Amino acid sequence: MAEPVLAVEDLRTHFFTQDGVTRAVDGLNFTVGAGETLGIVGESGCGKSVTALSVMRLLPAGLGRTVGGKVLFGGRDLLQLDEAQMRRIRGDRIAMIFQEPMTSLNPVLSVGEQIAESVMIHQGKTKAEAWARAAEMLALVRIADAERRVKDYPHQFSGGMRQRVMIAIALSCHPQLLIADEPTTALDVTIQAQILKLMIELKSRIGAAILLITHDLGVVAETCQRVVVMYAGRKVEEASVLDLFDRPLHPYTRGLMASIPRHRRAGPPPRRLQEIPGIVPNLRDPIAGCAFAPRCPLATARCTAEAPSLRSAGTHSVACWEVTP
Amino acid sequence: MSGTILRRLLSMLPVMGVVAICVFLLLHLAPGDPASIIAGENATPENIARIREQLGLDQPVWKQFLVWIAAMLHGDLGTSLFWGDTVLSLIGQRAEPTVSLALTTLAVAVFLAIAIGVLAASHAGTWIDRLVMGFAVLGFSVPVFVVGYLLIFVFAVNLKWLPVQGYSPLAEGLLPWLRNLVLPSVALGMAYVALIARITRTTMLDVLAEDYMRTARAKGVATRAMLFRHALKNAAVPIATVVGNGVALLIGGVVITETVFNIPGIGRLVVDAIARRDYPIIQGVIMVFSGVYVLVNLLVDLSYTLFDPRVRG
Repeated sequence: MAEPVLAVEDLRTHFFTQDGVTRAVDGLNFTVGAGETLGIVGESGCGKSVTALSVMRLLPAGLGRTVGGKVLFGGRDLLQLDEAQMRRIRGDRIAMIFQEPMTSLNPVLSVGEQIAESVMIHQGKTKAEAWARAAEMLALVRIADAERRVKDYPHQFSGGMRQRVMIAIALSCHPQLLIADEPTTALDVTIQAQILKLMIELKSRIGAAILLITHDLGVVAETCQRVVVMYAGRKVEEASVLDLFDRPLHPYTRGLMASIPRHRRAGPPPRRLQEIPGIVPNLRDPIAGCAFAPRCPLATARCTAEAPSLRSAGTHSVACWEVTP
Repeated sequence: MSGTILRRLLSMLPVMGVVAICVFLLLHLAPGDPASIIAGENATPENIARIREQLGLDQPVWKQFLVWIAAMLHGDLGTSLFWGDTVLSLIGQRAEPTVSLALTTLAVAVFLAIAIGVLAASHAGTWIDRLVMGFAVLGFSVPVFVVGYLLIFVFAVNLKWLPVQGYSPLAEGLLPWLRNLVLPSVALGMAYVALIARITRTTMLDVLAEDYMRTARAKGVATRAMLFRHALKNAAVPIATVVGNGVALLIGGVVITETVFNIPGIGRLVVDAIARRDYPIIQGVIMVFSGVYVLVNLLVDLSYTLFDPRVRG
C-alpha cells in the first residue's frame, strides 16, 4: 500500500467526568490509504464517533481529551497543531459529515452561503466565485435546479437532500479525506442507498479517501475496501471487506454478522435472528482481560485475565485468544 | 407583507382600548379632587362646584369616559387642567429631551448588552462570564435613582467631568447635548443592559451547543465568524423579543431618571401632573407611552422575518 493519507497510532481519548475517567478510545491504530474507503464498525458506545472527532479535534471542550497517540496526516501530527493550523485543515484537507442531516445545517443561512463559506475561507475566492462554486457543488450532488436552490434555506429541503448539501459542503474544497460519521443512519433505506452511491462516486471523482463510521455492516459491504471492527475503544479485528464477510474471525464480528436479518424468497424459513447477549462494558473501570469476554461464547479463564494482542496473517488481523488469523 | 403589517396595526386597537379603560378607571377611582386643587386652599364650596362643572367632572363617569375616547379618536388628548394648554402640545414641547434620552440609551444599551452577552457565552464558566453575570445581577437589582445619584456624586460632583443635571437641546450643539445625556443614559440603561445581556448569554449558550455549530467548526470557520455569523443570528429572535419587552423598563425609568437629573421631559411633565391631579396629562402621557410600547413590540415581531427564514413562510 502506498503512503497512507491518515495514520492513527495508539490513539487514546478519555472523557473526564465526576464519576471517573471513561476510556472511550484506548490505544487504537489504523491507516487510511489514498483514495481508499475504510469502514469502522461497532455498536453504539464502542468509540467510533469519538475516534472521528479526535481526528478532527472536535471533541466537546472540557469533557473529552485525547491523552495519547498520534494522528498523522500529510506527515504532520494533527494532535500537535495549534488551533489556527487545525482550522486551516478542517473543511479543506479533511472534511466531515454527520449523522443528523436535520440539525447539522444552520437554519438561518441559505445553503449557498453555507457551501460558499468553506470555499471563501480555504481558497480565498471572492463571494461571486464562491457562490458560483456553491451552485456547481449543489448540481454535483444532484439537486435539481441548483442555480435557483442555492438561495433556499435548509428547512426547504428534505432530510436526504440536506445530507446531499452536507456532502456538497464537505467536498467543496476537494479534501483528501472525508470522514463520514453514520451519514445514512437517520435516512430512509432508499435514500440511504442513493447517498452512499453518491458519496462513493464523488469520492473517486475528487480522489478523496473516506473514513466511514457506521454500525451497519450492510453499509460497509456496499462501500468499503477495508474494515476495522471496534469494541470498547479498541480494535478487535481488521480485514479487507471480502475477507471479513468470508471469514469473520472475532466472536464479536461473528455476533454482529449473525444479527443481520436476511431475506430469502424461497427455501426453509429463516433461522431466528441472533443477538449478542449482554451490553457493552462500562469503560470507566479498567478492563483486565478481553473486553468482550463477558459476552463471548468462546471465553475461557485466560480471556478474563489477560488482554489478547492483535495477531495478523496477511492483511487480516484479530485480537482474540481462541481464534487464529 | 404589507397585509401582515396592516393586520398587526389593526390588532393594536383593542389593546389600546383596554389600556384606555384601565387608565381612566384607575385615575377616577383614586382619591383626590382636581377641582379643589385648582381652586386653591381658600376656595369656597361654590367655587369648587363651578370649576367642577366647567371641567365636566360633575358628569357621570361613563359619560366622561365616552367624551374622552371620542375626543381621542379625533386626535385630541384633552386640555391640561393646570396649564390650560392642550396635552398634545405639552407633550410636543417636552418630547425632545425624552426622545433623546430614550433613543441614545436604547442604541448604546442594545449594542453593549449583546456584546457582553456574547462575550460571556463564549467564555462560559470563566471569570469573564462570572464578571458579566455579576454585573447583570447588580444592574438589575439596583434602582435607577440609586445609580443616578451615585453617578452624579462620583462623576459630576467629585470628578467634575460631567454636568450634575439639566438638559441642553441638540440645537445648541452636539457636545453639550451628549455631555448632559451620558449620566442619565447610564443610569437608565443599567437594568436594560443587564436584562438583554442575560438573555443573550443564555440563548447563545443554547445555540453554541447545536449540531450546526459543530458543522461550522468542522468547516474551519474562525471563532469570531462562528459567534457572530453562525450563532448570533440564530439567537436573534429571543434577544429581539427582550429588547422590545424591555422598552417598558426604559419608559418607567425615564420618569425617574428625568426627576433625578432634572431633565424637562415628558417624564417630569407626568410626575408634576400626578402631584396636581392633572388627569388629562396623566391619561394622555400614559396613552402615548402605551402606544409607543405596543408599536415597538409590533416592530420587534416584524423583525423576526429578518432573522429567521422559517418565519417568512
